[in-house]
Amino acid sequence: MIEAPSPLPPAAAVLPAGRALRRGLRANPLLLAGAATSALIVLAALLAPLLASFPADAGTATHPFLVLHAPSARHWFGTDNVGRDVYSRVLYGARVSPLIAVIVLVIACVIGIPLGVAAGYFGGWLDEAIMRVTDIFLAFPPLLLALALAAVLPTSLTSVVIAVSVTWWPWYTRLIRGQAASVAGRPYIESCRALGLSRLRIIARHVLPNSLTPLIVQVSLDVGGVILTVSALSFLGLGAQDPTPDWGLMVAEGQNYFTTAWWVVTFPGLAILVTAFAFTLLGDGLRDLLDPRRDFGR
Amino acid sequence: MSAMRLQITGLEVSFGQRKVVQLAELGLAEAEIVGLAGDSGSGKSMTTLAVLGLAHTVGATVRGSIRLGGTELTTLPARDWRNVRGRRIAAIFQSPAMAFSPVFRVGSVVHRALRLHGMTRAEAGDAAARAMRQVLLSPGLLHRYPSQLSGGQLQRVAIALALALRAEVLLADEPTSALDVTVQAEVLELLRELRDRDGMSVLFISHDLAVVAELCDRVAIMQDGRIVEQGPTSQVVTAPTSPYTAELLAAVPRLRAGGAP
Amino acid sequence: MTVYVARRVALAVGVVAGVIVLTFLIARAVPGDPAATWAGPHASAAQIAAARRYLGLDRPAPVQLLSYFGGILTGNWGMAVHTHRPVLSDLATAAPASLELVTAALIIALVVAVPLGLVSARWPGRPADHAIRAGSILGVSMPIFWLAIILQLVFSQRLHLLPAAGEYSPGLLFTHPLARLTGFSLIDAMLTGNWPMLGSVLLHLLLPALVVAAYPAGLITRMVRAQVLDTIGETHVQMTRALGFPERAVFGRFAMKLAWNPVAAAVALVFGYSLVNTFLVESIFDWPGLGSYATAAISTLDTPAILGVTLFIAIVYVVANLAVDIIQAAIDPRVRLR
Repeated sequence: MIEAPSPLPPAAAVLPAGRALRRGLRANPLLLAGAATSALIVLAALLAPLLASFPADAGTATHPFLVLHAPSARHWFGTDNVGRDVYSRVLYGARVSPLIAVIVLVIACVIGIPLGVAAGYFGGWLDEAIMRVTDIFLAFPPLLLALALAAVLPTSLTSVVIAVSVTWWPWYTRLIRGQAASVAGRPYIESCRALGLSRLRIIARHVLPNSLTPLIVQVSLDVGGVILTVSALSFLGLGAQDPTPDWGLMVAEGQNYFTTAWWVVTFPGLAILVTAFAFTLLGDGLRDLLDPRRDFGR
Repeated sequence: MSAMRLQITGLEVSFGQRKVVQLAELGLAEAEIVGLAGDSGSGKSMTTLAVLGLAHTVGATVRGSIRLGGTELTTLPARDWRNVRGRRIAAIFQSPAMAFSPVFRVGSVVHRALRLHGMTRAEAGDAAARAMRQVLLSPGLLHRYPSQLSGGQLQRVAIALALALRAEVLLADEPTSALDVTVQAEVLELLRELRDRDGMSVLFISHDLAVVAELCDRVAIMQDGRIVEQGPTSQVVTAPTSPYTAELLAAVPRLRAGGAP
Repeated sequence: MTVYVARRVALAVGVVAGVIVLTFLIARAVPGDPAATWAGPHASAAQIAAARRYLGLDRPAPVQLLSYFGGILTGNWGMAVHTHRPVLSDLATAAPASLELVTAALIIALVVAVPLGLVSARWPGRPADHAIRAGSILGVSMPIFWLAIILQLVFSQRLHLLPAAGEYSPGLLFTHPLARLTGFSLIDAMLTGNWPMLGSVLLHLLLPALVVAAYPAGLITRMVRAQVLDTIGETHVQMTRALGFPERAVFGRFAMKLAWNPVAAAVALVFGYSLVNTFLVESIFDWPGLGSYATAAISTLDTPAILGVTLFIAIVYVVANLAVDIIQAAIDPRVRLR
């Protein structure tokens, strides 16, 4: 993602519709698979109380006589070390780290976008100052900074949200800054200024809409990354605490019994993998569809 | 006309349903330079790719017949192309700066190509140096990167490569368009030498009728993928039969004033 | 070239300075009283006050920052609470094992990813391409702590093919003890000709390295595919085809050569990422590196150790990126001649 600002797509090409969209989908079965699976995960999160066989097991319930039962018709994914239904907990888990990921990405955008617009549109010392600060944040591999912060802050989901948001915003500042700078230099913006349009209006009308496509692509690509980061923090004991049905935490708890009860570790981890995979497929496909010239590794 | 070295008959190149080239007939004799002229988008470059058997790399399909000596190229299996491309047919491209990979020394590409076509290390070195001298370049330039050479020098290296490979047919796709006038004249002179001294057949593709008229023995005028007129250069230039040729000629002030050289 | 290098180095120095300041700020974000933590749960008020003076927490913030900065530069990275040793010497002990692990992982990743990326780029849109793209996304979406547990379960607990944990078989400590020269077990074993030890370390390295390789392999595959597809349409690539080079060489040699630069940049990037990923893997495999050190520090809330590891990896990361920039400038004539 560290790259020169790409030229903007023409405004008309922002969102392909109708035939172009259908052709794009057919050429990219991976996008279709990603979109479908992502939708299923969102549905599972919304309908967890209806779909779960033992909704109470997502909470504080314990069943001393059901400890570490293998998968069966009654407990599809088996039971954990205090007898809770793993299937129900995995379903409810779709409400934990994916939701945290959404909150983190919203916060990162709320911090990152204004700073990026300011840096790119106004330029000068403000640009220089903002970009040097992002350089420092980007000098940490993302998981490292999030981990250091989460480790020194009190252990809670709020700390996780803070830690990961603080890690994530500079990427959006960079992205938006590049877009804003290339828009700000265009002749029609000059004429907008000459017409006496206020800066805010110019930014709202011209800079932001042009930056939307790469932003949508990047955010959708990042959902998987944030879920992985959040799960990693939970796995290390830095996020959700028992009895929260968080996937990363469930893997960490199951690790203690994995030689005898493989299911306790396996299913929550699979849930993380499938979720991150689905959203990344979706983001990757969206990039091919909306913004085919950009490609980067992160 | 006697047996042609390269004979194209009923060539069709198409992208899906859309036909971009429909060439009824075009021949190239030994030691002959034939011009293929027309506006951009008239299918000249696709014709080059088809002759090189590379049309599929840009997603096009080819039908019809392209014969090189006794070999039919359109149905040639991939492993036999190795003895044709580079060995019997060489190509030079429009933008010499783009024709060499920026991360290889030009000599490295030349060497690898010569060794690919059966020369030993020593033979390749000798052949490359000799060819460089023939195009009036110092063999030392082979050690440089493309960015350290001028466009004219690079185009000469490309021609030297064709020389060293002793190709029978050279496909020259707009080889002078990116060069300035004096350098252009030098490259044209070189192509004449290739014809006269080495007996090479050159298919010279250009949108610039002035250059074509100056260089070529025969001309074919291409419009929308078809040949609208072909014949000896002097005839086509002085007495065009197709209105499109006349239109192209009208755009070239030098020719109208002075006639064919 | 000199100007370019000087500018890059200056930028990197500035970034490292910023990184030090940021870790200082994180250290100050710790809620509660670090002096109380240092002094221990049963300390008296006087002991806590002494600890505060000892840690320099009684001085104003800018002075603390300056002395922190000076400490970092002079090698005083503080004392780790959980080992009661200087953080820097702890890091020096732990780093070689992690660097070996990450290097092995990156070698595995490159060996797998480059050919896959090339295959994918050579037949885009075909089933093989779709499969490889899906596989590469699977690699970057992998929760590697989970993969570590699953592989350990399958390959050592069930199939008994590979050792589950540790750096080498404990028995070798008595029969073939490892003489420490460089701190890198593989290198030391090779230097001293301790072949049983070398084999044992390699065997123990395999599973964790495979796990850490998942992310870089996915990333590099995508990178190679995108880069090769980007260059394959260029004239000089068509030129190599026109010269008669077989497709294998056109892709593997000519197009790939241009792709190496961005791939090298990606390798520097994932080198840093993978060092952090050892945090999630090493403790599972009981691999005695930075990751095990960090997880121990996290579980004991050992702030100096956590920040020490953080700072260390951030600096390694900045330096790795700088090194790749400079190497690229040295290799790529377009950069060098600028």
